[in-house]
Amino acid sequence: MAARGGVEEMRNRVILGEFGVRNNFRVDVIHMDENTLEFDMVGIDAAIANAFRRILLAEVPTMAVEKVFVYNNTSIVQDEILAHRLGLIPIRADPRLFEYKNQGDEEGTEIDTLQFQLKIKCSRNPHSARESSDPNELYINHKVYSKHITWVPLGNQADLFPDADLRPVHDDILIAQLRPGQEIDVLMHCVKGIGKDHAKFSPVATASYRLLPDITLLQPIEGEAAETLKKCFSPGVIEIQNIKGKKVARVANARMDTFSREIFRHDDLKNLVRLARVRDHYIFSVESTGVLPPDVLVSEAIKVLIGKCRRFLDELDSNHMD
Amino acid sequence: MAEEVERKPVLEMVQADGTDGNCVTFVLHDEDHTLGNSLRYMIMKNPEVEFCGYSITHPSESKINFRIQTRGGILAIEPFRRGLTELVDVCQHVLSKFEASVKEYKAQREAEMD
Repeated sequence: MAARGGVEEMRNRVILGEFGVRNNFRVDVIHMDENTLEFDMVGIDAAIANAFRRILLAEVPTMAVEKVFVYNNTSIVQDEILAHRLGLIPIRADPRLFEYKNQGDEEGTEIDTLQFQLKIKCSRNPHSARESSDPNELYINHKVYSKHITWVPLGNQADLFPDADLRPVHDDILIAQLRPGQEIDVLMHCVKGIGKDHAKFSPVATASYRLLPDITLLQPIEGEAAETLKKCFSPGVIEIQNIKGKKVARVANARMDTFSREIFRHDDLKNLVRLARVRDHYIFSVESTGVLPPDVLVSEAIKVLIGKCRRFLDELDSNHMD
Repeated sequence: MAEEVERKPVLEMVQADGTDGNCVTFVLHDEDHTLGNSLRYMIMKNPEVEFCGYSITHPSESKINFRIQTRGGILAIEPFRRGLTELVDVCQHVLSKFEASVKEYKAQREAEMD
């Protein structure tokens, strides 16, 4: 009996106020800048919100260095370590303009591969002072940064990307350090991949969501207790108002709370407050690595989920034809 | 040298015997909780479905077993297809609302800059 009631409850929770009643669902962008995006999704279920989060982390494709051809590496950094570091550098290239590389293809065509070169040699600075011990003065090119990576166009890529803005997202990523006489000469092939394969392909620094807190005061709280209550929550959550000379506490902005649950350490206050979450209000926070703007990433993630469903629908249809 | 193009299976159907299409277990390859949970949620909303669940057979293999049982003699493939279509609709609705909201935010910020 309990199980049946549970299923009915779940069906009703899921049908009421969902997409059957489309007015309930809304999306509000709270804050957006170049690399971060904070937005609210209200009226959606955890399964779909989580699917978007998982796709943002692991299934939105980007371009990253996959093959490193080492022609000369006399630096202290081993070949494989250098290759690993180069793979993790985010590359500013729109992955939607490229195709996935075919499995057995060794060479790499112009539609699926980007070629980069890193060629740098460290030498002694002839103009340095005699007693100086500062490496910045003594050596030239002793720090290898990502700005030293140059793009080598393949095939007709020079015509496709005339602005030649294909480079790492950040110029100041330190790759290796050299001393005079050491040199690095590598050629890198950059392909399209997804985070599921290797984390270097993940387009987000992180993507997460939390539910909107719901703080209710079960009884009016006044005076000293109101002050203590205010200190138990994050700043800005509880506001003290002066009503007829008495201090009365009021929940001003539950959104800012981080749920430290400090209130439960105070025996006099813990029964007067109810801490809960609003079940269908998700506050998403997406931080991009710079490859694509975060709002584009979210749109791409939703399109990936649509693509997955369509793939199975096509499969169903083609099976039915047979 | 004949090259054999091996087509990796994407979707398989495994039927329990003697239940004539009411209970079907689908094996979805290269999928995990991302599609499994959201699809299960969409299919559960259908009142014709008596049972719907998914499981990941082994964490090292990326495939899921998706089981649907219907009541009332309906073929299990119907809620599956309907769930997929509804999930596509939901995603498109979310996408349009999200893009509208982003556009509105950008317009609002433009207005504030002036």
